[in-house]
Amino acid sequence: MRHPIRTLAALACAGVLVAGCSGGTDNGADDPGTTADPGAGGEEITLVVATFNEFGYEDLFAEYEADNPGITVEHRKAATSNEARDNMNTRLAAGSGLADIEGIEVDWLPELMQYPDRFVDLASDEVEGRWFDWKTAAVTTDDGKLIGYGTDIGPEAVCYRADLFEAAGLPADRDEVAALLEGDWDTYFDVGRDFVASSDAAWFDSAGATWQGMANQLETPFENLDGTVIPLADNTEMKGIYDDIMAALDADLSAGNEQWSEDWTNGFQNDSFATMLCPGWMLGIIAGNAEGVEGWDIADVFPGGGGNWGGSYLTVPDQTEHPEEAKALAAWLTAPEQQIKAFEAKGTFPSQVDALSDPALTGFTHEFFNNAPAGQILANRAEAITVQPFKGPNYFAMAEIMTDALNRVDSAGTDDADSSWEKALVAFDALGLE
Amino acid sequence: MHRLTWQQRLSRFDVKASPYLYISPFFILFAVVGLFPLAYTAWVSMHEWHLIGGQGAFVGLQNFTDVLGQPRFTVALRNTFSIFLLSSVPQVIAAIVIAYALDTNLRARTFWRMGVLLPYVVAPVAVSLIFSKLFADESGMLNALLGAVGIDGIGWHSSAFASHVAISTMVNFRWTGYNTLIFLAAMQAIPRELYEAAIVDGAARWRTFFSITIPMLRPTIIFVVITSTIGGLQIFDEPRMYDTLGLGGPDRQWMTLTMYIYELGWGTQMNFGRAAAVSWLLFLIIVAIGLVNFAITRRIASSGTKGARK
Repeated sequence: MRHPIRTLAALACAGVLVAGCSGGTDNGADDPGTTADPGAGGEEITLVVATFNEFGYEDLFAEYEADNPGITVEHRKAATSNEARDNMNTRLAAGSGLADIEGIEVDWLPELMQYPDRFVDLASDEVEGRWFDWKTAAVTTDDGKLIGYGTDIGPEAVCYRADLFEAAGLPADRDEVAALLEGDWDTYFDVGRDFVASSDAAWFDSAGATWQGMANQLETPFENLDGTVIPLADNTEMKGIYDDIMAALDADLSAGNEQWSEDWTNGFQNDSFATMLCPGWMLGIIAGNAEGVEGWDIADVFPGGGGNWGGSYLTVPDQTEHPEEAKALAAWLTAPEQQIKAFEAKGTFPSQVDALSDPALTGFTHEFFNNAPAGQILANRAEAITVQPFKGPNYFAMAEIMTDALNRVDSAGTDDADSSWEKALVAFDALGLE
Repeated sequence: MHRLTWQQRLSRFDVKASPYLYISPFFILFAVVGLFPLAYTAWVSMHEWHLIGGQGAFVGLQNFTDVLGQPRFTVALRNTFSIFLLSSVPQVIAAIVIAYALDTNLRARTFWRMGVLLPYVVAPVAVSLIFSKLFADESGMLNALLGAVGIDGIGWHSSAFASHVAISTMVNFRWTGYNTLIFLAAMQAIPRELYEAAIVDGAARWRTFFSITIPMLRPTIIFVVITSTIGGLQIFDEPRMYDTLGLGGPDRQWMTLTMYIYELGWGTQMNFGRAAAVSWLLFLIIVAIGLVNFAITRRIASSGTKGARK
């Protein structure tokens, strides 16, 4: 009678072992650049390109290989950007193991820009003026070194539920909504107050997401341009945004669902909220979460002007053995023609100025959003972006303090506006930045 | 005393040294993967040390005083112990009771015994994903059930205690069956004559359980309590996966010490020095709790087995 148990225990152990092994083997094939075949005059080169999520480059690699004999492109794709980020940080610290071309997210820049020496300078006349100035400025060091080529951006519009607007007596047509919301954040919140007065739904999804849109319009959200930190207690601009959002929470404008949480995802099906700030990459997420819900539309407007949320770059770490070839491939991949193909493949919105007038992009309509001309709207939203917020090395530590403070009031309800701000100040002191 | 020959000396050396040689692989391995990291972490904890930037200035015990002065350390300590107690205590009790039930003459015994191990095979991350759907504040199944019987939903992600209960549930789901099997194995090693003698003496079922089973299980209880203490104090996967941000909640309602280490070292601060300091504090706490544990469990039902086993 005891044998089956023993067998089972052995099986369980074996299962653990297998899991342990498979956890470790993904480091196996890491030897970028050294796989080049020295035969045939040493011309054969393998370039490893590491990306995450969907860069939309799969077909382009084959095209590049066909046009450039002797070059093989190997694609190493991480499932999530967090996974890619851990990998990047660990191997950057270790000094080996990175790919020849590493895709990075704009969010990683505050850290990586502290170590420009670990990357190849990508500046060249060929790519001069290819991207929006603010896109390039974020990856340019003070002495003019360019560490990344822009791939995509996240220009933000306002996505809204036309059916809920109509039920609440507001105009529902996308042009009328754009006119209605035209203005600053006060306008956005005021229309929201009108809306919630005659609807069961909330105005926006979460305080954190709204803060993200507002804070990205500040030139110096947390740090001065010289890199010194603005003490949170003295940061009147940030406190102003915090107070505005707290006032909106008091007026029940928020659905109170922490972004990306289970309740947030389900909120799309439960008519929890009527608007949300939507960068281009959010369209697919809304369409997925709100599957079967009719009424979503996009308005060509953003409170307070323009705003960008997210976007990525290609970098060439200096660990590579083929800096020139890697640079050439990165430049080719991020050229407008290729980026349009990536947009067609996976919907990544291009950061290249010329790409925005490409018919493939301007003619793009999104069926889920009532056939809204999403390509043209997002192109207009990209043109409206004027401010590139300065994000120094401590940006994310402080952004986390702010979103924690907002979520304490908005979703968790553990604090009121004042006590949550006090806790934020304590957390700021704990960073020990001064 | 006559001089030993070379062969004799070799054989004497063999007798004396070989046993140590045979057990040495474990200790050499332990020195490399256990002792060295421990010492190196202590070294890191006394420096400014950035995840990417590497070693900075020597700061002595500054990192320790920094983290000890932060309210988050206290919160993390509270959460860790709360989750640990909420999971380990019911878990060990439930495991003993289930093992006792499985030790009786059930039909299809093997099926039931295999069944209790099933949750253990599920990866902790998968468990967390499933339970996070059950425990969602507004759209979760549990709150829907509570609502159906007219009880207000519980803020599983806002109240600290409710979140600890939810996380402990995941831990218990996964580990109770595992501990049950260990207890079951130990129970089957208890000589049946003891029970027979007790029954002949007129002992009731519960009496044999408390006077024979529990005392005879003492070494196993010590083992399970110590391993679940070490595991419980290092709990990471379940609370980290409990929401999508993985920080332990906006007010750090369910941030454990290991999550705090991760937040300091790999989060926005990338401060390895502080992370190493908390790691060492956690190590000291585990050693202290382990000793207390040992002292307490040694006393469990000592009346029944004085000197019987060590």
